[in-house]
Amino acid sequence: MATGNLCAVERRGRVHVITLTGAGEHRLGPALFSAIRSAVAALRAAPGDGAGAGALVLAAEGKFFCNGYDLAWARAGPSPADRISAMRAAFRALLADLLALPMPTVAAVTGHAAGSGCALALAHDAVVMRASRGFLYMSEVDAGIKVAGFVGELLREKVPDAVARRDLLMEGRKMTAAEASRRGIVDAAVDGEVEDVVAAAVAVAEDLAARGWDGETVAEIRKVTWPALWSKVNDYGGEAPARPRL
Amino acid sequence: MCTLEQRGRVFVLTLTGDGEHRLGHALISSLRSAVASAAEAAAKAGPGSALVTVGEGRFFSNGLDIGWAGTSRARLGELVDALRPLAADLLALPMPTVAALTGHASAGGFLLALCHDYRIMRGDRGVLYMSEVDIGLPLPPYFGAVLRAKITSANALRDVALRGKKVKAAEGKEMGIVDAVYPSAAETAAEAFKFAEQLAARKWNGGVYASIRMSMFPEACRSVGIVEESDEEKRKHFASKL
Repeated sequence: MATGNLCAVERRGRVHVITLTGAGEHRLGPALFSAIRSAVAALRAAPGDGAGAGALVLAAEGKFFCNGYDLAWARAGPSPADRISAMRAAFRALLADLLALPMPTVAAVTGHAAGSGCALALAHDAVVMRASRGFLYMSEVDAGIKVAGFVGELLREKVPDAVARRDLLMEGRKMTAAEASRRGIVDAAVDGEVEDVVAAAVAVAEDLAARGWDGETVAEIRKVTWPALWSKVNDYGGEAPARPRL
Repeated sequence: MCTLEQRGRVFVLTLTGDGEHRLGHALISSLRSAVASAAEAAAKAGPGSALVTVGEGRFFSNGLDIGWAGTSRARLGELVDALRPLAADLLALPMPTVAALTGHASAGGFLLALCHDYRIMRGDRGVLYMSEVDIGLPLPPYFGAVLRAKITSANALRDVALRGKKVKAAEGKEMGIVDAVYPSAAETAAEAFKFAEQLAARKWNGGVYASIRMSMFPEACRSVGIVEESDEEKRKHFASKL
């Protein structure tokens, strides 16, 4: 499936940047899930350049980082319940891919991140967020939608503070970068435009890549750091890399 | 023992009288009835309710009625078992819950306060106190599960459970146990009510709210006997909303 019109992949030094393209909401439907998974799989399959595993940045263009599941696509089908199942399965697979990725990962939250879009950002090893615009928003309580087990697990492991997690999930709080950073939900709030946020994320990723870590080790340590989440998603994706080992 | 009143969309559950509001069979039973009534009334009224729980006098609740239990282990065991479903009622309640801590909350009383979504406490006096270590009683497993769910700072959890710390409101706020502190009992109660009104005004669907709460604390919910909702059931609900 062509990734061309949904996400773009570029290399900046040791950092691989995947950008969700276009001015829209980057809603997670089958096409976008497929595009991101393809881009991530390509990173896994690429030959190492001898300088270590590199690092991933996931970023987005426009006002939104990712505004959640593609509910319009779900509604349009003959069986919305099946389409929701498909999206949840695809999300679990993408999370498995990210957890098993043999390189550090950084989310550049360049705009609003809501629902599964917020969860996607938090699934990365580090998160930097635009200070001047955009919220983290677990929109489910306001939308009247229940939270799936694996998403609850992701939040429990990535937002261990009970109060922060309650505010995010149960109060439907729209958190700015400043608040999210203060409460330890994101690593940094970055001033400026989208490009500045991406540049900051790339700098974090470059620092991580410069450590020259063995990629497989990074992946295994990550799985042990978030074991409950890994166990909920690992039968959906996260296949071992195809590259040969010496 | 306790009263339930409805003020607009907020249900106010009051543990009445100047005593310690010790949790014996009678009070626990009354509380369970009251909480069930609130849930029923809310279901009829549609989305947008909240509960505030408050104790009259110097205590929110000083814990299980160990006076009644005396030296009888069997009786103590009964009370521990009787409190568990009340904890479950609160953790499964289909509306936001606020504990207005205008007095001391110890042991089982502290547990009940922790079973609420928010804790608003007076700053001028009163403590939260998990007294078991000092009295020489073990923590029932479900107490441990609720403590672990709600007090996520390892040091705070250790201080509360293992050190028998008497936590005042300001400290409680730093430890992540108390959400807001007000200078007097009257202000605490008033602000807790106001906050509950704000939560009710969000018009959240009660069933969804409870489901999200339970997805945050699955271990604690299992521990108090709540049956977990399957992802399949959640998916069907999601589809019905589209």
